[in-house]
Amino acid sequence: MERFINKIRQVIGEMSRTHMWRSFFRRRHDDTRRSRTLAIVGNFFMHLHPVMIARQAIKPNHTWCMGGITFFLFLFLTLTGVLLMFYYHPDTRNAYWDVKDLKYNVVFGSILRNTHRWGAHLMVITVMIHMFRVFMTGSYKPPREFNWVVGVILLVLTFLLSFSGYLLTWDQLGFWAITVGTNMARATPFLGHEGPFGEQLGMTAFNDIRFAILGGSEVGGNALLRAYIWHCIAFPLMTSILMGLHFWRVRKDGGSTGQL
Amino acid sequence: MENFLKVLLVKDNEVIALCGIIVIFFTIVAFVRAIKNDRLKRKSTAAKDTKEEQANDKIQVWPYLVRKEFIVCIWLTIGLLVWGCITDAPLEEFANPNVTPNPSKAPWYFLGLQEMLVYFDPWIAGVILPSLIIVGLMAIPYVDINPKGNGYYTFRERIFAITVFCFGFLVLWIMLIVVGVFLRGPGWLIFMPWQEWDSHRIVAETNYDFTQFFGIDSKSLLGFFIGGWVVALYYVLGMGIPYVVMRKGKTMAKLGIVRYALVAFLFWTMLALPIKILLRLMMNLKYVWVTPWFNI
Repeated sequence: MERFINKIRQVIGEMSRTHMWRSFFRRRHDDTRRSRTLAIVGNFFMHLHPVMIARQAIKPNHTWCMGGITFFLFLFLTLTGVLLMFYYHPDTRNAYWDVKDLKYNVVFGSILRNTHRWGAHLMVITVMIHMFRVFMTGSYKPPREFNWVVGVILLVLTFLLSFSGYLLTWDQLGFWAITVGTNMARATPFLGHEGPFGEQLGMTAFNDIRFAILGGSEVGGNALLRAYIWHCIAFPLMTSILMGLHFWRVRKDGGSTGQL
Repeated sequence: MENFLKVLLVKDNEVIALCGIIVIFFTIVAFVRAIKNDRLKRKSTAAKDTKEEQANDKIQVWPYLVRKEFIVCIWLTIGLLVWGCITDAPLEEFANPNVTPNPSKAPWYFLGLQEMLVYFDPWIAGVILPSLIIVGLMAIPYVDINPKGNGYYTFRERIFAITVFCFGFLVLWIMLIVVGVFLRGPGWLIFMPWQEWDSHRIVAETNYDFTQFFGIDSKSLLGFFIGGWVVALYYVLGMGIPYVVMRKGKTMAKLGIVRYALVAFLFWTMLALPIKILLRLMMNLKYVWVTPWFNI
């Protein structure tokens, strides 16, 4: 056994000296402070982390992990979302049956859809808890005011991501949830045809803000396509960019325990 | 009770139950830690030093933090996969514009807003108040000029900020969602968990506009002016009285008139919701101010 393990060590040791290995991993990882530091500084996926962090800050009961969990859920949802897109057509004739297919015909399709939905709900919950935690620790105070603003936009984007995904199953639940939700837009002051001063400004059901959101005067094929594009492309893109900014500002302005 | 279980287990409703439990759990955690911190601070005068000491006590992110993040990711993935295996995501009948479910509900996180529709017209409940929530949240760091409580749990040092935020978040957001999900049945009427959802139930209640309590037609010119005056007085007194009381104080000098006005306006707008809920439930008040263009 001992010899076997030694053999493996030897093979890895030799491999790590090859040209190819060194081009992949840039440097060796020894158990030294310097090497650990380089693991953060020299790694694309790790470089948003600081090298050192207060011992206090990584205790789970300090930050509750909620921001990190929200980010992980976003990645998880992106992955499952891309896989779901392979099995889905965003038109009213196919959408519902594609979802049925996921449940009965696609291998692991129901797990894919279930985890996407539960993950999405969980993300809405964790992002709210994250905001609650940031408030309770006063972490929005100077110099981190602007990052709180970015966070609020991300909160709204999370709601919108979930909301736009609701319609895609094209079943009664999603259809009426979106109908109820977008009916509010009718009442927008000035811009909605049932809102205050909307009528006076010439708003009708065919040119107001709800028409722009749905691509029609009622929830139909255009609304489905719009929801699909917002859900799969526009909102995730906006969220990714703002998340990058959010994390970068945590590095620059400091996290919950102060300067990093 | 049977009905309650049915409501609990349909659609995504177990998620909201989960949300409620998580929120209560973390609220307790936050307040326990805040009170503990406050007690510690009261005892030791050198609390600031310990905070600085803590900030200087640093460890390397690799491996101590990255390791934890990795473990959390693994557990979350396992949890989601197990959850996805044991419960199916809801899928109802093919969308049919001609069959309106009763009640038809927005996604669960917007049910707080839908609940407000009972008390306010759609342009307030659905557009103005949500926008003000977003603007108000964004304004928090700019109007909260209290330098204390930056980066640690405390209650004693931020009593006003924490009370207002927790009232808004826990009562006006989470609790209204829970009411909307579990207690609102057909016709958007309140059904207690032990009551059967009866789609033929009719509750005869006549709501009155504010001026009708005095026998004045709310649609008349006089009613219009009285209603307008009441709304204006609500804000003027609500914003004015604390200003007069605190005018000479240190807080007001630091806060400045612009910040004060913004805080007071958002505060009284937020309180308008529970006030109107109470007035509706106790006095059947419909509108305070009726105009040809909008009603409040």
